[in-house]
Amino acid sequence: MSGPGTASAVDAPAAAGQAPPQTRKPRGAGRRRPRASLGARLRRDWPLLAMTAPAAALLLVFHYLPTLGNVIAFQDYNPFVGDDPVEAFLYSEWIGFGNFEALFADPLFWDAVRNTLTITAFQLVFFFPLPIMLAILLNSLVSGRVRGFVQSVVYLPHFFSWVLVVTFFVQMLGGAGLLAQEMREAGLQPWNIMTNPDTFIVLVTAESVWKDIGWGAIVFLAALAAIDSNLYEAAAADGAGRWRRLWHITLPGLRPVIVLLLIMRLGDALSVGFEQFILQREAVGRDAAEVLDTFVYYQAIATQQWGLGAAAGLFKAMVGLILILAANKLAHRLGEQGVYSKS
Amino acid sequence: MTAQLSGIGPVPAGPVPAGKPTRRRGGQRPPWEEPPSPVGLFGKGVVLVLLVAAVLVPLWAVLVTSLASRETIDAAGGMVMVPREFDPSAYITIFNGGQITRAVWISTLVTVLGTTVSLVLTVLAAYGLSRPGSVGHRGLLFFFLLTFLIFPGLVPSYLVVTGLGLKDSIWSLILPSAISVFNLVVIRAFFMGVPGELLDSARIDGAGEFRILTQIMLPLSKAVIAVVGLFYAVGYWNAYFNSVLYIDDNDKFPIQRVLQSYILAGQSPNVSGSAVSLPGITAYPPTLAVKMAVVVVTVVPAIIVYPFVQRHFTKGVITGAVKG
Repeated sequence: MSGPGTASAVDAPAAAGQAPPQTRKPRGAGRRRPRASLGARLRRDWPLLAMTAPAAALLLVFHYLPTLGNVIAFQDYNPFVGDDPVEAFLYSEWIGFGNFEALFADPLFWDAVRNTLTITAFQLVFFFPLPIMLAILLNSLVSGRVRGFVQSVVYLPHFFSWVLVVTFFVQMLGGAGLLAQEMREAGLQPWNIMTNPDTFIVLVTAESVWKDIGWGAIVFLAALAAIDSNLYEAAAADGAGRWRRLWHITLPGLRPVIVLLLIMRLGDALSVGFEQFILQREAVGRDAAEVLDTFVYYQAIATQQWGLGAAAGLFKAMVGLILILAANKLAHRLGEQGVYSKS
Repeated sequence: MTAQLSGIGPVPAGPVPAGKPTRRRGGQRPPWEEPPSPVGLFGKGVVLVLLVAAVLVPLWAVLVTSLASRETIDAAGGMVMVPREFDPSAYITIFNGGQITRAVWISTLVTVLGTTVSLVLTVLAAYGLSRPGSVGHRGLLFFFLLTFLIFPGLVPSYLVVTGLGLKDSIWSLILPSAISVFNLVVIRAFFMGVPGELLDSARIDGAGEFRILTQIMLPLSKAVIAVVGLFYAVGYWNAYFNSVLYIDDNDKFPIQRVLQSYILAGQSPNVSGSAVSLPGITAYPPTLAVKMAVVVVTVVPAIIVYPFVQRHFTKGVITGAVKG
């Protein structure tokens, strides 16, 4: 798919030959001569464009085309009115905001939104700080060998799939798992945390911690390593104890990274880990485990209400976009770097 | 965290940002630091032991149980913690040509094919985007980076993939997620760090862009490309949900899907193909040892690639965080 599209885009202006010289100043200082005509630049740069084209084509088809496809949120989309999705799209009826009205009137949708936000808030308090603490703890270890060993072990679960993570939890903490086994042997009444809706939020947070606490700590460890150790020495010479140094040097040193990750988490407030919830929804039931993403899946794809599902997905994407833009703006206001900046 | 790049390829000379000063590897406490309190040391020790145990105990239990005989498992009442014998019958069962063998093949195929496609396209695009001032550079870069901000929903993605006729094709597990812009940004940052003089001299000698990429850039960036490739591979091996969406045919299930149906959904897919459904032979639900053997088979690739990635990923994560 890279072939025809890009080739013609490259050839057409080149054939025009004397295109007006590009006035925009190239950014790479000095490496590129600014005065070349567009035709000459194309002759020079077409291999770069050709190299970029296949990846760009994949993104176009599998990222941007579906993004545009969200317009079926405004349709009573019916896959059976045409032979393929495009035809079905052309023949489906436009119903304005009908899907959104149906969506916002659906109590199950609001349950899913509430669950999602509750879990996000819970994890912000009980998950987000843990990698920071782990990084500080690892950083305080004097022995490089112990440190390396602990790091190797705690990073490992990041490379496990969610199916594996949930499997490990089932085998350890589930009704037939190791813990229940030991409790039964000790004459205690075993409990099964894997199927209890009331503690589900703790369970999913524990799983996330188990999987990603080490991984999350990496970026903080890097930030810690970048803190000038002279600061600590000077503070110690001035009589600052361990905790004062933590408060006045370590935490301010970590602040930009913490803000950055908080922003990213806030922008993602409506996502809490799709596979993790799909995998456990059966076990604990919909009331506890239905989040926005699973709602979209079960409302749209499992029951074929395409328009409604697209509306829910679009709602999530829009809110997410607004959240991340707002959070980034806030960060700039506070004098932090944020996720991106106008450069 | 000053992992050197020596594990996979030669240490690239130019593009590596100046290493941070090595942390006190030797175990020297700086003289100004107060001696640790016994309570603090004890607390730290307990936390670290718990952390390590939380990861290693489940792995150990799964491995030992997968190698235990039925009697040992019955005696233990479930998971076995103490190895008593070495009984590979569970592994023989699952590699007997049934659904699990097939799933391992499918997952391996998807991983190898997918990683190849992803890596080639990502490296090409990363190089194509590594020259500020080239034609369309700003627009194309924006096109790639915008994917961080806007996401297609589940429903339109599903319709596009099925509309392209990819349902029940292994390409549906590869193409939609083939390009990770994050990985692309990491490689691109590395390419951009290569000194321009090196490229200019190659160009004067008559090398085209493709030649520069393959003969100068790739040898310099072997390490980072290897790490990105391993990340892609882990991603393909671990993918589960896309197979729920796009694969209906049992014979094309990847291993994660089979693991899910085996353990989490409590079903019992036939272990060794048609043999089980022969008259007179009951289709046993999988024994615990067999289940745990599937877990081990699913874990093993992650554990094999892990040491290679581990010494490099700090660098990758950091480079990606300061994307330009």
